[in-house]
Amino acid sequence: MSIHLSKDGKTEKSALWKPSRRRFLKSSAVASAAIVSGLSFTRRARAADTIKIGFVSPKTGPLAPFAESDEFILAGVRAALGDELTLDGTTYGLEIIVKDSQSNPNRAADVASELLLSDEVNLMVVSSTPETTNPVADQCEVNEVPCISTVAPWQPWFFTRGGQPDKGFDYTYHFFWGLEDVIAVFTEMWSSLETNKSVGGLFPNDGDGNAWGDENLGFPPVLASQGFTLTDPGRYQNLSDDFSAQISAFKQANAEIVTGVMIPPDFTTFWTQAKQQGFTPKIASVGKALLFPVTVETLGDAGHNLSSEIWWTPSHPFSSSLTGASAKDVAAAYTTETGKQWTQPIGFAHALFEVAVDALTRSGDPSDYDSVRDALAETKLDTIVGPLDWSAGPVKNVAKTPLVGGQWRLGGDFTYDLVVTSNGSAPAIPTGGAFEAIA
Amino acid sequence: MEWINAIVQGVLLGGLYALFATGLSLMFGVMRFVNIAHGDFIIIAAFAAFTLTSLTGMHPLATLIVVAPVLALAGYANQRLILNRTLGKDILPPLLVTFGMSVVLQNLMLEAFTADSRRLQSGALETASFQVIDGLSIGVLPLLVFLVAVAVIWSLQRVFYGTGVGRLLRATSDDQTTVKLMGANNAHIFAIATAIASFVVAIAGVFLAMRTNFDPSIGPARLLFAFEAVIIGGLGNLWGTLAGGILLGVAQNIGAQIDPGFQVLFGHLVFLAIIAVRPEGLFPRIKA
Repeated sequence: MSIHLSKDGKTEKSALWKPSRRRFLKSSAVASAAIVSGLSFTRRARAADTIKIGFVSPKTGPLAPFAESDEFILAGVRAALGDELTLDGTTYGLEIIVKDSQSNPNRAADVASELLLSDEVNLMVVSSTPETTNPVADQCEVNEVPCISTVAPWQPWFFTRGGQPDKGFDYTYHFFWGLEDVIAVFTEMWSSLETNKSVGGLFPNDGDGNAWGDENLGFPPVLASQGFTLTDPGRYQNLSDDFSAQISAFKQANAEIVTGVMIPPDFTTFWTQAKQQGFTPKIASVGKALLFPVTVETLGDAGHNLSSEIWWTPSHPFSSSLTGASAKDVAAAYTTETGKQWTQPIGFAHALFEVAVDALTRSGDPSDYDSVRDALAETKLDTIVGPLDWSAGPVKNVAKTPLVGGQWRLGGDFTYDLVVTSNGSAPAIPTGGAFEAIA
Repeated sequence: MEWINAIVQGVLLGGLYALFATGLSLMFGVMRFVNIAHGDFIIIAAFAAFTLTSLTGMHPLATLIVVAPVLALAGYANQRLILNRTLGKDILPPLLVTFGMSVVLQNLMLEAFTADSRRLQSGALETASFQVIDGLSIGVLPLLVFLVAVAVIWSLQRVFYGTGVGRLLRATSDDQTTVKLMGANNAHIFAIATAIASFVVAIAGVFLAMRTNFDPSIGPARLLFAFEAVIIGGLGNLWGTLAGGILLGVAQNIGAQIDPGFQVLFGHLVFLAIIAVRPEGLFPRIKA
């Protein structure tokens, strides 16, 4: 029984010969059924009436702001598809099962394996920071179920999981931008103003901080080559209550630019102390802390003209392949529905399902893991976050999305508006104004 | 000059740690009770003040008029209805129950207030400062936090050593059984201790929320430094708790001045050194 006929009539090796616990159990079960009924089979999740998508996201815990728009996005996807998927004239039921990672990598791995082993999902999607995407992608890779992930710069997703650029992964696919894009965007913003090119760096001792401050792959070598001098006092612990040491060091170096990748409470502590201790840089470009408008609002007027990288805005000239809605439409619908200002993860959460549905639809057989994976690998799709193409990535299994830079400005429809000011790396995305110094 | 700056800022930071720690110190002093949910209570106070300011536009400091008494009452009720039932010979039940409370509170806050990062805005007070000498500026808000911490501890000492309630609290701290024999109601005394602790928790919460952002999940992180301040200062001694907070703040800032990576480490090292040399803390009032 090691050789059998698959659907298209070619012989292929049974899955039994690749040792994997889940595959073994499943294959044995299905194999016995197949022997009894005399049917041929390929490796599939279950009788192909309902297709299941598993979705892991941090609905609670410190990463919860990333998942805040998930309910809204899911409702939109369900409404657009009507809980079914039609391909080649066959209609399948479609079920999306959502599980909460509680912002905890161990928990993320647990719920992922539940989705894989108990719910037997056909496809996994996962979003929001390496703490969520990596454990889930690892589970999928081991269990050989296709997985699409996003909202984590690609280096921590790829290299931290032991990825090798020429080999890549077999079942896990990722789309987002990378560290090289942030560096390009930040230096573009800084070069557009007259400064003494002295930069103060605030890099915490976490995955992001160590990557950004890395001597070889992070900011330091690029800044040096572009004539900036970087003052990097060293890695601090997250949730620090005092930044006097860094402020003294920046003052001494006469830094006119401040950069880093900080969690929101730390940036607020730093920025408030900097003002108290008379340190007033012209530019502050900070990753992570300035992602969500509510966080910028907590700074009062002191948030004006703070700059950060921008992955997605309503003015991005893209639209959904699923619903046809433009970025602007989706953001507006979110505000109407929830009364809240749009946030950047909205576009990416939506795109995740665009890619999922597209891959399932093109797979020929959505219940077959390998067919879905093959379709996923060939994806070339214009999504709400831009064109995705896994054949053009920096490494295997990664597709890049465009990144621009901009500033939070007081006024507009909400307390703060995020204005795109620097689009050198992605000219298709329109700017909304010129880069300004902090007054 | 930056060293002097680091030490001065560290002393001011110590005031904040002392505020975090006072409630914990007090509850431990009277009941030998460690409240794992202490950090979450601080965040609840912050959210209560946040709700008040967004509804009425009150100044964050003014909200204390409402928030502090409400938290004190809630603390009293919580102690009488739940926590008193966990007290006994076994030290595990209070730990487990307050740990559970911590999880429940975080999730309730997440439901009620979402995961958004908030802050109590106090306008110009946030960034106001004055220059002492060249290279040394003191922020008005950190100074205020420090002075309030001193005032709170001074007032609590007055309550403990100058009032009948204080005498009862001290007596209970010394010997619960004998106090009970004298006709005092332990359940009530414990609840009063928790009420006072919760009053201070409200103050700590409002000042924390004025200093920086808070969100429902941030409470437990505030618990560790509070514990260390209590232990360094010596159990049951409130002035000791202030000293512990200051020592912790200064040690952290000196560490940070050497390398920001040493900031938290230096605090922990001082804590360990004191545990090694004086396990009872610097100024213990209760014999271990």
